[in-house]
Amino acid sequence: MADVQFLFREGEEAVSAPTVALSAFAEDTNATAVVIEPGEDARALLPHLDRLSLVEVTFPAFTDGRGFSSARILREAGYTGELRASGDIGVDMLSHLHRCGFDAIAPNTPLDLAQADTALKTWPQVYQATVVDGRKPIWALRHGL
Amino acid sequence: MYLYDHYDQAMVDARVAEFRDQTRRRIEGTLSEEKFRPLRLQNGLYLQLHAYMLRVAVPYGTLSGAQMKMLGDIADKYDRGYGHFTTRQNIQYNWIKLEDTPDILADLASVEMHAIQTSGNCIRNISADQYAGATADELIDPRPYAELLRQWSSFHPEFLALPRKFKICVIASDTDRAAMRLHDIGIQIVKNEAGEIGAAFYVGGGMGRTPFIAPLVKAFVPLDELITYSEACLRVYNRYGRRDNKYKARIKILVHELGVDEYRRQVEEEFAHLQTLAIEPPLAELERIKTFFADPAYEAGLSDDLDLSNPAFAAWVKNNTAAHKTPGYAIVNISLKPVKTLADGSKQAGIPGDATGEQIRVMADLAKTYSFDELRVTHTQNIVLPHVRKADLFTVWEKLVAAELAEANLDKITDIIACPGLDYCTLANARSIPVAQKIAERMADKAEEIGELKLKISGCINACGHHHAGHIGILGVDRKGLENYQLLLGGCEGADTSLGKIVGPGFDEDGIVGAVEKATQVYLANKEGEERFLDTYRRIGMNPFKEAIYG
Repeated sequence: MADVQFLFREGEEAVSAPTVALSAFAEDTNATAVVIEPGEDARALLPHLDRLSLVEVTFPAFTDGRGFSSARILREAGYTGELRASGDIGVDMLSHLHRCGFDAIAPNTPLDLAQADTALKTWPQVYQATVVDGRKPIWALRHGL
Repeated sequence: MYLYDHYDQAMVDARVAEFRDQTRRRIEGTLSEEKFRPLRLQNGLYLQLHAYMLRVAVPYGTLSGAQMKMLGDIADKYDRGYGHFTTRQNIQYNWIKLEDTPDILADLASVEMHAIQTSGNCIRNISADQYAGATADELIDPRPYAELLRQWSSFHPEFLALPRKFKICVIASDTDRAAMRLHDIGIQIVKNEAGEIGAAFYVGGGMGRTPFIAPLVKAFVPLDELITYSEACLRVYNRYGRRDNKYKARIKILVHELGVDEYRRQVEEEFAHLQTLAIEPPLAELERIKTFFADPAYEAGLSDDLDLSNPAFAAWVKNNTAAHKTPGYAIVNISLKPVKTLADGSKQAGIPGDATGEQIRVMADLAKTYSFDELRVTHTQNIVLPHVRKADLFTVWEKLVAAELAEANLDKITDIIACPGLDYCTLANARSIPVAQKIAERMADKAEEIGELKLKISGCINACGHHHAGHIGILGVDRKGLENYQLLLGGCEGADTSLGKIVGPGFDEDGIVGAVEKATQVYLANKEGEERFLDTYRRIGMNPFKEAIYG
């Protein structure tokens, strides 16, 4: 399992609890960390958000964007623990991952830090309210909302 | 015309800087072609058979004179002196160098243009009715809604790695000029029984190898829920659209496999959830956008009289202009499907949708002087000057004649839609352009007699040339290493959308030209009253055509 290279959780360290697969999670009542694969339904976790400290969403291929929806669904439901993206993650995905609510990134291949910094600062503003990234969209700024 | 504010400009400038950095990393070698591919595609940059191809977005097909002029200048500066207008109301350049693309994007950004999401598995440039704001037959100008959707869909972080590309179209007229129901989402702006304006959502249409006409998923979405409902449609697709087979990855397959009722149920569930999150821009934002699309300062009391004593001008007026909502004005269509008659009497057809840098600048100037500085690109690969005073029509026509842009063949058999085909495209199985040219050359003298006949050619099953929706459609396939052309009849992209049916075994290049000619002869022999080709086909069915072509 790749290490967390970027953590956007102020004053915290990456959660080290062992993860279990989503299929095993419901039975394993002691588990506090879970892995979701692209085809799995993040909403299956919604009844259990209280006991979770880590949800790891995998990106086996960077071209498969299902994990973006998984992340937003969890954040929209109020999940506040670590939300980790792992797998085939390129530097150009960073700002989008962050906007969908990921606060920990564990790329298979570590990313160049300078490039990552540039990528995270690419967008001065954003057009959409994802709600989960805490950013005001351009329409809200335009109308003083 | 929508104008950028500093927010919009900053977003486009940020994209130019990002792509400049990505291109630099690619050229240096720190970014592999595999990783670069989806990044360049989301900036409209393809690697084609001979060179890079850059597709520039023309949001809902609307352009200013200055923007059009820039497109002409780019053709001259970075390409081989021409550009190709596409069935998505965009323009593409076929001979681009990778290292030039950041500069091209910067040039485009200087006139509030970009190539954002003109390719790749994301929400593409949003198309609309080319007569929007000018025609009397629409409920309201659909472009403000398209602009609202453009902003929402630009860099939407959840929807940048969809199962497949995603095309949205917005119209507000029952006369569908934009093939609305052949889009992933087709939106028609409608009025409900209470007299309120809203949006009807048709989801799951498309062409490609498995064509579907989009079913109605929701008859009325209030305007203050347009974005929220769109987001629900997209989220269900992003989560459940097929990713195991790229040929089954479009939303049409998901809607078909789930059934429209089940898809609708899932969207409603997601919609109910998203409604609690306040992701919808306020109506004030829509009102702000609408101010940019207010009517230009039309002159009142203009005459509708026209001197039609010049027969060539009269023919052009009859075929290439359309009724404007304001007395004394007309909508002008500029055909990019020329068929020249040479000194020896033979014909020479142009490449459908192509225009030279100089021609593009001529059109830009005409827009500036005679059309309130506005142009439109049509999905049929032509250009529109939306607001021309009838008193100026003759002058405009003369200038178009001088620029070889006055072919009077709108919606005629020589006004052919054709994809780039095997002359450019890596996906193609057969050439489209030479077939289009041969048909246009063969049929030019008959075009007027035949009347409205929409002929559409695709060089492969992906159907970029809309062959499913042609009154006559032609599909190029590879048959044992040889180019082979199938003939389809009965497709239509208008309000009465229908999909064409294959007539029988395919033909070689000359054979397909002959088959098209025979089909038109069957029509002329069987036509009743004012019937168009399509009407006659629908009345008499496939058999008479089949017998004439294969008998």
